[in-house]
Amino acid sequence: MSTEAPFTIEQFYKFLAQGKLMAGKCMRCGKIHLPPRPLCDNCHGQEFAWMEISGKGTLVSFTVIHIAPQQFQASAPYAVGIMQLENGLKLPGMITGVPHEQLRIGMALTVDFGACTAAQPWPQWPRYCFKPA
Amino acid sequence: MVDGKPLVSIVSAGLSKFGKREGLYARELFAEAVKEAFDRCPRLEPKRDVKAMFVGHMGEAYEHQGHTGAAAADWAGLLNIPATRTEAACASSGAALLSGVYAVLSGLADVVLVGGVEKMTHRSTAEVTEYLAMASDYPFEQWHGITFPGLYALMATAHMHAYGTTEVQMAHVAVKNHYHGSLNPKAQMQKEITLEAALTSRVVASPLKLYDCSLITDGASCLILTKPELARRFTDQPVHIIGAGQASDSIGLYERQSLTSLQATKLAAQKAYQMAQVKPEDVDVAEVHDCFTIAEIIAYEDIGFCRAGEGGKLAESGETRLGGRLPVNTSGGLKAKGHPVGATGTAQAYEIYLQLTGQAERRQVKDARVGLTHNVGGSGATATVHIYRSET
Repeated sequence: MSTEAPFTIEQFYKFLAQGKLMAGKCMRCGKIHLPPRPLCDNCHGQEFAWMEISGKGTLVSFTVIHIAPQQFQASAPYAVGIMQLENGLKLPGMITGVPHEQLRIGMALTVDFGACTAAQPWPQWPRYCFKPA
Repeated sequence: MVDGKPLVSIVSAGLSKFGKREGLYARELFAEAVKEAFDRCPRLEPKRDVKAMFVGHMGEAYEHQGHTGAAAADWAGLLNIPATRTEAACASSGAALLSGVYAVLSGLADVVLVGGVEKMTHRSTAEVTEYLAMASDYPFEQWHGITFPGLYALMATAHMHAYGTTEVQMAHVAVKNHYHGSLNPKAQMQKEITLEAALTSRVVASPLKLYDCSLITDGASCLILTKPELARRFTDQPVHIIGAGQASDSIGLYERQSLTSLQATKLAAQKAYQMAQVKPEDVDVAEVHDCFTIAEIIAYEDIGFCRAGEGGKLAESGETRLGGRLPVNTSGGLKAKGHPVGATGTAQAYEIYLQLTGQAERRQVKDARVGLTHNVGGSGATATVHIYRSET
């Protein structure tokens, strides 16, 4: 799974556009970073390996945003949440495909790569989101 | 009896009127706060005595103006001294205060002016929402449309789920702080609100409604600090800072272990309590960072005013209202006094200065001797806690 790709946030989004949720694993202490980092915050290790992780998990918190910044106003109200993935790591994002009144902590979700393409240059790429598992 | 060793002493303080201050630039608001601090301290000769300045300011986007340290020194009539902006989002002037403590303790500057300023109300709500969001993580939070109220809403949802905290308990924080604001002539909102009005206000980010959110405000604040052994040269009524703590946490809320507690607050409070040799039950009056009602509830728990999960009940009990066991946010807090983000940390210290010198008028806490301020940056990536005591 290890590649020469740099352990950057940009590279994380490039992998997403390929339908892969990739994290960096510290070769010294084993900590898994999502997103990857160039310096391990646990042991200051500097050697990493890419590993693909499951996009399945559960919702740990959510909110429906009604007052949005300019660029999101057309989508409001929209749901966002924090997902805990199967390996324990967490990721924030928009939640689609769930009626807002049915959002519940603990519900099963999966990362949806559908909207992720690298058609536009970084950092203009569309976003990943979460959908019902 | 709390008699913690003074680190530094506050010999004067100033606060501009908070609110919608049309036609004024941030530097002019800052000068308004500085004028009050100078007027309160006739024995201070500012040009001779003040040796350094630290000024909290969050965003250059509001006025298309950065470099706030020098601009503030210029309009304070204090040119030529080192004047530096500190930025830690909404904790920018909490950080300015700690920088001032460091400067005085270092011995390099024996009198230091610390303060903060923000001019926000000339921008639209959408613009302010976007600028405030800059204090959160860009590539994972802002990028996915998560606003600032959204981050605290995520904490609120988690807190309600974990502990049974209710929207009514959160509304009690708003009602209390608006009541306190009604007693503060410098508050932006000086009108009481009802529980029903709070509960039926429009949703901003569920479960947070308009009255769960602090205000968009113009304002400035400042303090004059000196070495404890010099304090009497400037005033007969100094207030001593006896504990100071600041801590950081991950910029992204999603990376934190807990969504129901701010680790940075806990660490900053522990450090300040230890330094001051003070326990939470010794505190007579506190100003905590109520940027949202849930934030005040979580602050109660993290600062040790109650156990984890019991902040909602404490809010409901009335014990933190004026006349209660431990009045919190007697100024009206960020909720009613207002939240000009860069000015908030030293504005909290201004209120404690008034309380501990018996100058808080209609909102005076009787016999207040020990005070605490708690200032948070972002969704909790920065927190500062300071502990104060009166001279006697």
